Amino acid sequence: MSAREEILSRLRTATADIITQPGARGEVPVIGVASPGPEQTLELFAENVADYRASVTRCRPDEVGQAVAAALVRARAHVLLVPDGVDATWVEPLRDSGIRVVRDEGLTADQLDGIDAVVTASRVGIATTGTIVLDHADDQGRRALTLVPDQHVCVIRADQVVHDVPDAVAMLDPVRALTWISGPSATSDIELDRVEGVHGPRTLDVVIVS
Amino acid sequence: MTLQTTSHTFLGMPPFPEAARAALANTQQRRNLAHATATIRGKRALVVGEVERWEELRVAGADAKDEALHHLPHYLEQLEENLTARGATVHWARDAEEANRIVVDLVRATGSDEVVKVKSMATQEIELNEALEAAGISAWETDLAELIVQLGHDRPSHILVPAIHRNRAEIREIFLREMGTVGRAAPEDLTSEPARLAEAARLHLREKFLRARVAVSGANFAIADTGTLVVVESEGNGRMCLTLPQTLISVVGVEKVLPTFADLGTMMQLLPRSSTGERMNPYTSMWTGVHEGDGPQDVHVVLLDNGRSAVLEDELGRQALRCIRCSACLNVCPVYERTGGHAYGSVYPGPIGAVLNPQLRGTSSPIDKSLPYASSLCGACFEACPVRIDIPALLVDLRTKVVDEASGRSPEAASMRATAWMFGDHRRLEAAQRASTLAGRLLGGRSLRSIPGLGAWTQARDVPNPPRETFRQWWARTHGDDEEAGS
Ligand code: SF4
Repeated sequence: MSAREEILSRLRTATADIITQPGARGEVPVIGVASPGPEQTLELFAENVADYRASVTRCRPDEVGQAVAAALVRARAHVLLVPDGVDATWVEPLRDSGIRVVRDEGLTADQLDGIDAVVTASRVGIATTGTIVLDHADDQGRRALTLVPDQHVCVIRADQVVHDVPDAVAMLDPVRALTWISGPSATSDIELDRVEGVHGPRTLDVVIVS
Repeated sequence: MTLQTTSHTFLGMPPFPEAARAALANTQQRRNLAHATATIRGKRALVVGEVERWEELRVAGADAKDEALHHLPHYLEQLEENLTARGATVHWARDAEEANRIVVDLVRATGSDEVVKVKSMATQEIELNEALEAAGISAWETDLAELIVQLGHDRPSHILVPAIHRNRAEIREIFLREMGTVGRAAPEDLTSEPARLAEAARLHLREKFLRARVAVSGANFAIADTGTLVVVESEGNGRMCLTLPQTLISVVGVEKVLPTFADLGTMMQLLPRSSTGERMNPYTSMWTGVHEGDGPQDVHVVLLDNGRSAVLEDELGRQALRCIRCSACLNVCPVYERTGGHAYGSVYPGPIGAVLNPQLRGTSSPIDKSLPYASSLCGACFEACPVRIDIPALLVDLRTKVVDEASGRSPEAASMRATAWMFGDHRRLEAAQRASTLAGRLLGGRSLRSIPGLGAWTQARDVPNPPRETFRQWWARTHGDDEEAGS
């Protein structure tokens, strides 16, 4: 008997006492908090993101470029990676700033390691947890782009922010690779104290656009 | 019923009371543990208290796991089908040896002589690192705590924070001494400041991430209706392993299956708050087979039985397979806090380990016979468990099995009965402990070993002077508040 057959047969024997059919429990219950209103949801999101020691900027659509530039200057970034689908106006103000803008032309991990920062859009934000989810569409780029550079500037539109975790899960397409980000890289492995900054980007800047 | 073979590492382990005695004598470890578990208990209580519908979430979490476990063959086949459709290759492993052979062969086929690893309980359980090592393949642990354990030639002592028994000064010493022997050395001026230690790990591991061609991971969840695997982590080492190498091999216990993607709406609330005491962990990666042009293009999933089907057979005991390895039960356990993880003789320590190890491995070895007694049945673990595993009930059930097996004849069985009798009723235990405290005041310097009726546990503690405060009293005094806030 193949391992597959044997394991499945063991499991069938082990569950021989079960008389219900798969799916008998019905719909998966949606247990979350409803949004008290768009502005409260947005405020809670901003507050919870900041709680992870990410920097949060709120601005109008025409101010995104300045917000991105300011974040890069704060972190002293010199080379910025921009995925192809990113709104061009977000990097427009960088033209004469001395910050070099590069595109992903199949960069290797080593090449990515030489890049200071990356700017991306996002898929969905979760207010109750201060989480941003990327689905790595063209305006976010493949997963390595938001991982290897030490700074991630993440732009999210107000209408992308949902209130609670189940709302976000319902919006995501599992066929895509997904990355949930809640603050900069951190560890609690030394005496259970949270320390920001291990392998992922040590600086996370979130720009909320409304 | 096919049980797990107890690995050589733990085969000769003394029974829990003996192992605990050694641990209790280690004051540094006890201090580290007390500090760490108190910190995490406080954090967990805060973020769990924030969630109004926590109890509903716990019920939904238990239901989701039960749905999967009750129909495990169905959901595993569905998972396999979806994974295969998305370009992944699925392998099945009856036991540790078979799983290790599969992984070693896969790594060999890539021609690589090293792998980077994401912290995974399943690969610890099958002792994959040793198998890789024996095949001439270096396995680099990349989780900070795992790195500390690996560099310290040590064993993990906690599910979530395997180096919880080490404090910052010890970690600094290990880094300075060992990093240079396996890669980039730690900076000479390294201090014991946590941020500096984390920075040293970043530098040490980055060269390994950048050149790695093969990664090995586990998975927190495997979603049957989509074929999605989920890894929950903090540091970004998981993302590095899951993204940069060409080949990704994930070893996944069959009990990790969740019926649907929507169940993550529940689990992604329960797990982070219960484990690190955060609203959400810094990073969660979800991938579904191969993503074209993004991440590993050669994706393998090894579905592992290794004793799980035997656990599933027991109607009461099968609920232990709901465990999502959050470690909340460890952090609230007064026994764990005092003895640490090593005394449990397994990669699964604490209350869940006391249940799961004898379930997975049977109760023939001294350590597995004694584990069901490594508890005062105070019930804190059940209260904390996000998937409502009734650990105390399972422990009592296992005790009955151990006693039945011993048929009540051997002296060992008799001592077990005494312990069972004492632990079986909390008033008796309290009375015994009060008596022992009182006796301590009266006895002066004499040992308590000869006091009748106190059983194995008292002997294990081997204290010439019983404490003025027993851990039960201490528990009531120090944990009374956060218990309420946490549940
Ligand atoms: S038994 Fe429950 S509390 Fe303990 S690790 Fe498992 S899920 Fe967490």
